[in-house]
Amino acid sequence: MLSRRRCFTAAANRIRPLARAFCDAPAPRADAAPGGAPGSQDRTQEVGGVKAAPDVLDVAIVGGGMVGLAVACALSNMPLTKHLRVAIIDSNPALKSRNHLTKNSIPDSRVSTVTPATISFFKDIGAWEHVQQQRHAFFGKMQVWDYTGLGYTRYNARDVGKEYLGCVVENKVLCNSLLLRFQEELDDIESVIYPTRLVSLTFPSISKQAGMKPTSSEPLSAGHATEELHRSNLVKLDLSDGRTLYSKLVIGADGSKSNVRQIAGIKTTGWNYPQSAIICTVEHVVENDCAWQRFLPSGPIALLPIGNNFSNIVWTMSPEESLRHKSMSPEEFVKSVNHALDFGYGPHPRSSALDHYMEKFFSGIGNTAASTKECFEVPPKATGVVSERMAFPLSLMHSHDYVSKRLALVGDAAHTVHPLAGQGVNLGFGDAAALAKVIAEGVSVGSDVGDLTLLQRYEKDRKAANVAMTAVLDGFQKMYSVDFGPLNVVRAAAFHGAQYISPLKRNIISYAMGDTKWPIFS
Amino acid sequence: MLRRVPPSLRRGLLSSASTHYGGAQILNSSHSPSKSLLPQWRRRASVASTSAPPPPRPPSPPRGPSRSGGGGPTVSSLNPAEVAKFAAIAETWWDASGPFKPLHLMNPTRLSFIRSTLCRHFRRDPYSSKPLEGLKVIDVGCGGGILSEPLARMGATVTAIDAVEKNIKIASIHAASDPTTASIEYCCTTAEALVKEKRLFDAVISLEVIEHVANPLEFCESLSALTVPNGATVVSTINRSMRAYATAIVAAEYILRWLPRGTHEWSKLVTPEELSLMLQKASISVEEMAGFVYNPLSGEWSLSEDTGVNYIAFGIKKNETPSTDSIKARLS
Repeated sequence: MLSRRRCFTAAANRIRPLARAFCDAPAPRADAAPGGAPGSQDRTQEVGGVKAAPDVLDVAIVGGGMVGLAVACALSNMPLTKHLRVAIIDSNPALKSRNHLTKNSIPDSRVSTVTPATISFFKDIGAWEHVQQQRHAFFGKMQVWDYTGLGYTRYNARDVGKEYLGCVVENKVLCNSLLLRFQEELDDIESVIYPTRLVSLTFPSISKQAGMKPTSSEPLSAGHATEELHRSNLVKLDLSDGRTLYSKLVIGADGSKSNVRQIAGIKTTGWNYPQSAIICTVEHVVENDCAWQRFLPSGPIALLPIGNNFSNIVWTMSPEESLRHKSMSPEEFVKSVNHALDFGYGPHPRSSALDHYMEKFFSGIGNTAASTKECFEVPPKATGVVSERMAFPLSLMHSHDYVSKRLALVGDAAHTVHPLAGQGVNLGFGDAAALAKVIAEGVSVGSDVGDLTLLQRYEKDRKAANVAMTAVLDGFQKMYSVDFGPLNVVRAAAFHGAQYISPLKRNIISYAMGDTKWPIFS
Repeated sequence: MLRRVPPSLRRGLLSSASTHYGGAQILNSSHSPSKSLLPQWRRRASVASTSAPPPPRPPSPPRGPSRSGGGGPTVSSLNPAEVAKFAAIAETWWDASGPFKPLHLMNPTRLSFIRSTLCRHFRRDPYSSKPLEGLKVIDVGCGGGILSEPLARMGATVTAIDAVEKNIKIASIHAASDPTTASIEYCCTTAEALVKEKRLFDAVISLEVIEHVANPLEFCESLSALTVPNGATVVSTINRSMRAYATAIVAAEYILRWLPRGTHEWSKLVTPEELSLMLQKASISVEEMAGFVYNPLSGEWSLSEDTGVNYIAFGIKKNETPSTDSIKARLS
C-alpha cells in the first residue's frame, strides 16, 4: 500500500498564490493582490493604467435592465452570496445616474405594473424603500370589461384581504432603485458595471481542456499554465472595448432578442401576434385610482394610474392602426382613447336579471367577495397626451432551455408574454428571485455556481410557472381575437363567473398578484 | 452530551492556544504541518516516517497569507499528457447525468447535513459562505472528488484519499481547474496508512465507503485515529434492511441500472445500530443521525428521520479515553 502511493499536491501548492489574487479581492479586478503573492505579480501588467490581465468573476450578468439588476441586487444582499464577484455588462448610459428621480416631471411612458409578489421581493432585497421615495402609484381596484357590453368584472384588493392589487412604477424608477440599493451594498459600484457590449461568448468544452497540452509543455512560467488551466473551465466573454472577462456563470438578462441565448444556441418557440402595442402617458382632471382594462375587437386597452392625475395607456391594436394612432394629432388621439374606454365599439355592460340570479346562487357557496355588488363605472376621461407615443410589435416567445452549463437566462431572454395583464416583468423578477435563491443554496453546499445540476433547479422552479402564465395570457389573446357570436357569449359567461363566483374571483386575483404559482386549485 | 469537553481537559488544551477560538482553533494549533512546512506530500511522508512529532503551527488566524503563500512555483506532478488523457474521464465522473448521477443527486443533501452538523459543533456562522474556514478535513474514499470540492469551497483545508489511483488522478485534474479547489491535497492511500503517519484532522468524513471495506470495525478505528480529540467524524452508508435490499440493490442496480450490478453486497451492509456500536467502540459517540429519502417524482433527495435505506451519522471523538498511540502521544 505504502509503496504504491502517488500524490498530487504539487499543483495545489503552486496554484495557491494565484488563487489568492483572484479569490480574496473584494472587487472583481485582480488589483487587490497583496505583495505576498509573487506568482501573480507578472500576470497583472499595467498598460496605461488599465489592467491587462483579464478579470475573473463568479457571475457575469449580461444586460443591466430591471431583471439583470434585480439578480445583482439580490446576490449582493444575501449573506451567502454577497462575497461573489459580480459584473454587469451593459452599455446603457442610464446605469450611470444614481440619484432619486424627481416626482414632479412628467411620467415616462414605459411603466410596469408590479404585483405584491414583486413588491415583497423588492422589500427583501432592500430596494423598495428607494421606489417609495420616487414616483409610484398603488391601486386597489380594477375593472375589466369587454366591448360587447355583455359582462364586466370588478376586482378589489379587499376581496383577498389586501391593501392593494398592484403598483404602477416607471421602469426607470425600478432600475434606479435597484442601482441605488446595489450601490449601498458595494464600495465601488463602478468596478462592477462594465459600460460596454458583449462581442462573443466562449463556453468551456472537454476538447479545449484536453487541447491545453501543447502550451503547458512550453517553457512558460508555472503560473501561466495554471492560470490557463483555471480559465479553460470558465466562460470567456469578449467585450467591445477589447477587454476579456472569465466567469463561472453567465446570466443572460439581455431581453427578448438575447444575444447570450443566440450565442449559446438555445432554441425558442414562439410566434408574433398580429398586434402592436402603443404606449403613452395621458393626463386627467382628477386622479385615477383604479386600473382599467377593456377588451376591444383589436385587442385590450389598459389605463393604469401613475399618480399626479397621470395615467399610462397600453393599447393593443393591429400594426397599421398603431401607426395611424402614433401619427395622428394629440387631440385626435385623446378623443380616440376616450372613445375606446367608453362607448366605442359597443355599449356599457348592464346588470340584468341573470346577474341577480347568479349573485344569489353563488353567494350561498362561499362568503361573497366585497366587489361583487360593485357597479360598472366609466373610467376618467383623458384630457391630453403628455408623452411621446411609442409602438412596438407583440410576440410570444419561450426558450426551450433556461439553463445550460455555466449559463442561465432570466426575464425576457427566457420568455416574452403578451403584455395584456402586465405580467411580463413580474415573471422576470420571479426568475431573478428564484435564481438568486438557487445560487445561495449552491454556495451553502459548496457547489460551483455554474454547475448545471444546480442551475437546473432554477429552471425547474420557473419554467412551469412561466409556461402556465404564458399560456393563460395567450389564451386571453386568442379568445379576444375572434369576434364570433357564440364565443362572445362564452366570454361574457366568463366575466359573469369571475364577477359573481367569489372563490374563483379570489383565485384569479391571487394568481395575478403573484401570490400563487398556479392559475387554479392552488 | 459528549460534545461537551470536560472542563479540566479543555483548560489543558486551551493553555496552548488562544482562548478566543472554539474547538477548531485548539485542534489546529496542536496539530501538525502547515502547508508552508510541507510543499510536497511526498517529502512530508518521509518526514512522518521518522516519527518525529511535527512542530505545532503558530496560532495564526486561519485566513492569513501564510496558508496560501507557501509552496511556491515548484515542479508540477501533473503531466500534461496525463491531464489530457484523464480530462475526458474526469468529465464522466463529473457528468451529472452520467454514471455517477445518483451521487450527484444526493450530494447537496449530504453536504447540507455535514454543513449544519459541523457548523454547530465547531460553532461556525451558518450564514457564512466559507463556514469551514481553517478546519482540516479529510475525505476518506473521495472518488472523483465530488464531496471534496464542495468542502474546499466551504473553506475547509481538505485532504482527500482514495485507494484507486485513477480516481485520485481524475479528482486532482478536475480540482486543479478551479483556484478554490486546487488547494485540495489528493493522495492515493488508505486511512490505515495515514494513521501510521499519525495524521490528524478536525473532521473525518467517509461517505458510502464502510459497506465496501473488509473489516468495518477496523475501519471505524482508523477513522477515529485520524480524528483529533473532540473532532468530528461523519459516516454515511446503506442500512441492511429489506427496504434497502429492495431499493438500493434490486431497484438501483437491476431495474434502474443506476449502479453497476454487484456494487453493494447485502451481507456487507451495516445497520445504524451496528455503526453506532462500532463507532462507540472506536471512541466516537454518535450525536446525530439522519436518513436520506428519495422522492421519485421530484427526483430529489431530502433529509429525514427515516434511516431505513440511506443514512448518515455524525459523531464526536471522545477525548478522555484515547485509544490509539498517536493520541496518547499527543496528550502526554
